[in-house]
Amino acid sequence: MEIITDGFSWLTDPANWSGSNGVPIRVWEHLQLSLIALTIATVIAVPLGLAIGHTGRGRFISVQVANIGRSVPSLAILGLVFLIAVERVPALAFGSLPTIVALAALGIPVILINTYVGIDQVDRETVEAARGMGMSGMQVLRRLEVPLATPLIMTGLRLAAVQIVATAGLAALIAGGGLGRYVIDGFYQRENDRMVAGAILIAAISVLTDLVFTLLARLAAPRLTSGSKGSGKIPA
Amino acid sequence: MGMLSLVVAQFEGEPIVRWQWIVDHLDDVWSRGLQHVVLTGSSVTIGLAIAFPLAVLASRHRWTIPPVTWAIGILYTIPSFAFIFLLLPITGLSQTTVGIPLVAYSILILFRNTLAGLDSVEADVREAAIGMGLSRRQVLWRVEVPLAVPVIIAGVRIAIVSAIGLVTIAALIGRGGFGQFILLGLDTFFPTPLLLGVVLSVALAILADLLLLGLQRLVTPWSTPGGTRTVAT
Repeated sequence: MEIITDGFSWLTDPANWSGSNGVPIRVWEHLQLSLIALTIATVIAVPLGLAIGHTGRGRFISVQVANIGRSVPSLAILGLVFLIAVERVPALAFGSLPTIVALAALGIPVILINTYVGIDQVDRETVEAARGMGMSGMQVLRRLEVPLATPLIMTGLRLAAVQIVATAGLAALIAGGGLGRYVIDGFYQRENDRMVAGAILIAAISVLTDLVFTLLARLAAPRLTSGSKGSGKIPA
Repeated sequence: MGMLSLVVAQFEGEPIVRWQWIVDHLDDVWSRGLQHVVLTGSSVTIGLAIAFPLAVLASRHRWTIPPVTWAIGILYTIPSFAFIFLLLPITGLSQTTVGIPLVAYSILILFRNTLAGLDSVEADVREAAIGMGLSRRQVLWRVEVPLAVPVIIAGVRIAIVSAIGLVTIAALIGRGGFGQFILLGLDTFFPTPLLLGVVLSVALAILADLLLLGLQRLVTPWSTPGGTRTVAT
């Protein structure tokens, strides 16, 4: 257990908080990588999930593909993206680009599935009623399906965000930045305190991400479910 | 970035796959595959051995659910990458360093699913069994568990597939199964093992997923395609 306290004393040493390898810079790099990847994943997966859920088209194939995508090991995604980058865009192969692409790919399946299921689980009779009231397809989507699917979509975003933040440490394997640097460098240079400090920071930042997105989900929850116990139930 | 151009040059002259290298390393492929399967299998088995009694206990004594879920939930939020390196100074480059996170993650997945499976048994069914004179133990083993099996298998499926992915990360400490080839490729800028590791680890994950899906269908012929794995919460 002594090593854990060593990790904490590394963290409280002011020397480790300055310069280009200091904690603030590495935390910022880590968050930057994660945020860009999450944004890309969201921009791709949410509209796709909405379209599939709303139209019902291509749902079998996309759910299958997403399920398979979810079982692909993260190191394999990173390795594959890196290999493609080296072959196609060698100048960009080291550093952030392959990591961002790999992390985005990692986040897409869970956002896609949760968005699709969120839309799909909206009661059909409610949709029919909205149609009967004269709403267009777009209006049904915007005013009924999306609000009702918001809790599940937010769950998807939270899971993706945590997974991305937790995996961003692997960037260090291909000369990228972020908190993985401390872990990998500490490991190879036999500086256990730095390695453990890096691991503690990654764990802390993952837990914080989870909390932030839990909070965001609560803020984003539609009025009709917030406050009532057993939220997520749709009034039919 | 002198190193960068050197590395790229090294990659450029290199074919994507050197088949001869693979043929020469079939022994490694076998032993790494075995490592991958054994690590995954043993961790999920231990996880089930711990999660199952916990879930039975929780289904009988509901008040234990929040504290148990909370305790395992905390372990679950520690990323595998961080978890392994937190344990490394304590347990060294051993199987245990990989095993502890794998078991911890399995426990949460299997606890939730086993409990959900037991909870899915209707009260009427349980009462009928008691009415027929079955003891509590008999109700558990003859009625509740068989009815919960599909949901438990769905949990085993998630646990195994995620464990297969996590094992690859353990390549950093030499316990990564097929992930070892990926790391070798990244470390030595050698595409052949990199691609080999990617293909094998993905194939293993998909194969395990499909096999367990098949098993799931086999024990629940009435279930609809799509299965129970659609939403993650």
